[in-house]
Amino acid sequence: MKSIVIRGGEVVDASGSRRADVLVEDGRIAAVADDGSSLAADVELDAGGCVVAPGLVDLHAHLRQPGKEEAETVETGARAAALGGFTCVLAMPNTTPAIDSAGVAREVLELGRRACCEVRAAGAITVGRAGTQLAPMAELADLGVRFFTDDGDGVQDGRLMRRALEYARGLGVTLAQHCEDTVLSAGGAMNEGATSARLGIPGQPAEAEEVMVLRDVALARLTGGRVHFQHLSTRRSVAMVAAAKAEGLPVTCEATPHHLALTDERCASYDPVFKVNPPLRTADDVAAVRAGLADGTIDCIATDHAPHAPETKEQPFDEAPPGMLGLETALAVALTHLELPIAGVLALLSWRPAAVIGAADAHGVVAQGRPAHLCVVDPTASWTVEPERLASRSRNTPYAGMTLTGRVRHTVYAGEAVVVDAEAQR
Amino acid sequence: MRHLLGIADLSADDIDHLLVLADSFAEVGRRRMPKVPALQGRTVTWLFYEDSTRTRLSFEQAAKRLSADTLSFSVSTSSVRKGESLRDTVETIEAMGVDCIVVRHRSAGVPHQIARWVSASVVNAGDGWHEHPTQALLDCYTIREHLGGLDGLRIAIVGDVKHSRVARSDAWAFTTMGAEVTLVAPPTLLPPSTEGWPVRVSHDIDATLGEVDVVYLLRMQQERMTEALIPSLREYTACYGLTRRRVDQLGEKAIVMHPGPMNRGVEIAADVADLPRSVVIDQVRNGVAVRMAVLFELLGSGRREGDR
Repeated sequence: MKSIVIRGGEVVDASGSRRADVLVEDGRIAAVADDGSSLAADVELDAGGCVVAPGLVDLHAHLRQPGKEEAETVETGARAAALGGFTCVLAMPNTTPAIDSAGVAREVLELGRRACCEVRAAGAITVGRAGTQLAPMAELADLGVRFFTDDGDGVQDGRLMRRALEYARGLGVTLAQHCEDTVLSAGGAMNEGATSARLGIPGQPAEAEEVMVLRDVALARLTGGRVHFQHLSTRRSVAMVAAAKAEGLPVTCEATPHHLALTDERCASYDPVFKVNPPLRTADDVAAVRAGLADGTIDCIATDHAPHAPETKEQPFDEAPPGMLGLETALAVALTHLELPIAGVLALLSWRPAAVIGAADAHGVVAQGRPAHLCVVDPTASWTVEPERLASRSRNTPYAGMTLTGRVRHTVYAGEAVVVDAEAQR
Repeated sequence: MRHLLGIADLSADDIDHLLVLADSFAEVGRRRMPKVPALQGRTVTWLFYEDSTRTRLSFEQAAKRLSADTLSFSVSTSSVRKGESLRDTVETIEAMGVDCIVVRHRSAGVPHQIARWVSASVVNAGDGWHEHPTQALLDCYTIREHLGGLDGLRIAIVGDVKHSRVARSDAWAFTTMGAEVTLVAPPTLLPPSTEGWPVRVSHDIDATLGEVDVVYLLRMQQERMTEALIPSLREYTACYGLTRRRVDQLGEKAIVMHPGPMNRGVEIAADVADLPRSVVIDQVRNGVAVRMAVLFELLGSGRREGDR
């Protein structure tokens, strides 16, 4: 394996910021030196004007394999991730079949071993994500699965969710919830409110999300099980999690780049590329999500990268599947829209999500001896999102034609330069 | 004008222009030979994903009176049933050479999507709960015919506003033309928000009728009961139906309108539907002239190949 030296950058991680060069050898960080002139390596990566950060960690990626390979594969999704600066993604279990057994989990993990970032798998809470019978969580935990979710379908049955949390507590694993009361949200294709009323698109109220956040905060209190709230999108959801944390309950949460950047007004184009679940909300909700990210209520940014083949988004708005691409744009969207110092944005995308899934031993630190998972970010580079140029198999980015500030220049995964000068190397 | 996607895109001048144009086509309709060669060589296609009798026939009559060729697309026997995407369907139809696509779909926004994909003109003949602009234009035309104009009129739109594309288009059109609009319905049949709508809202039809020049009744659908939006049609009729007793509260010149098809005995009593002040048949008649005006505006002498 070729050694790499990353020269001229500002190293930023949880311990702070310093001018340093980084030497990578045999998959590990061999040296972090403030005067790196003596460091020599096979490959030189220029980091002038850039931040050298730990690789980013995404807790919420739909890689679509097995089952929907026309939309994405582990290979293409991981390439998109690497281009976005991610060195670790958590693959969601809503594949076909679902990741609800050791066999499917092994298949995904095996595909991940050849990919250009680390691929971890989340397991389903219930068999087939059908919400009726617990999936074999212990069997999955034996394979290293630490995160369980029926993502896309929140567990509707409160008693089942209670039992799942109790069982999960015994295994020391976390349950992640897509919070949506599907009776209240039934038929809704966008956020319910003034915009949906004007557009004539059936809406789903913010309360459909909030009642399940409320219930699962209560169940975390009842069971002591750890709950991670996925893609929070409303002001009151953020407030409820803040209150739960203040109470000392074992809860964490995430928000997506699109919920911090876009409002439901985007749906006025009737372009299903703006259809997502939870739906884009109001400007007030966006402000609350940004505030929650700034004050630490929201632990991390997770992409909810959800590829869909183009023909599925060329359907009527209310018939098209929800979901948007996110891996290649997440960091730039956060840097463009959050008024946080870059270390704050990197915390939300790297070391804090790593801590949430118990991956902090491998990800989130730039230090001698650690695995070499790094990204080099040019925080001032501006670029325009061109869907045809994305590495994902799908094209459903809501940022097409938008100019964003901040771009990943290089990504190093396990000591290999997988992205150099914003180009994937394999 | 390239497309007619919604009333929300139109100014008062735009609407007025179309109504004046419709006057001249209404005159054509009264001739012994009610046909002009204005759209000879032009092809109009109907893309109706939802059942419709009167709108479809009205557009067809309008196109034929303008001498346009028409092509019909029947969803039930088409490849749509075989899972073809909306875009593929539309591009296939356009490739056959059409100048105008008149589309009705159960989903809001479909005409807007189609307009982005094709170079033909697109006319929205009703999209989900969103808009039905030619209905609003013919309603404006009919009100103008009976009451001289819309400026300063007070109009009540009564019934299932929430699910009604007619109510949205009418509310925009009537207020754009200077009328005051009150939406009258139980809260369950109103949109989740009327923030930004230039209308008043009432839940009391009896408090409204005495002050209005036009009562516009919306069709009440049977399935609203199963969605728990109203307890029963009987209760709806008792609270919001235009009964004979309620009609007597109306001013002498006030007119009663309905987009059809009517549920006699539900939103409108049978004998009220047949009163002289009920102008439902005029609405249907005027629909042809108004749709001729729309097709002519989009495809007629003002627009030739160079415009594309």
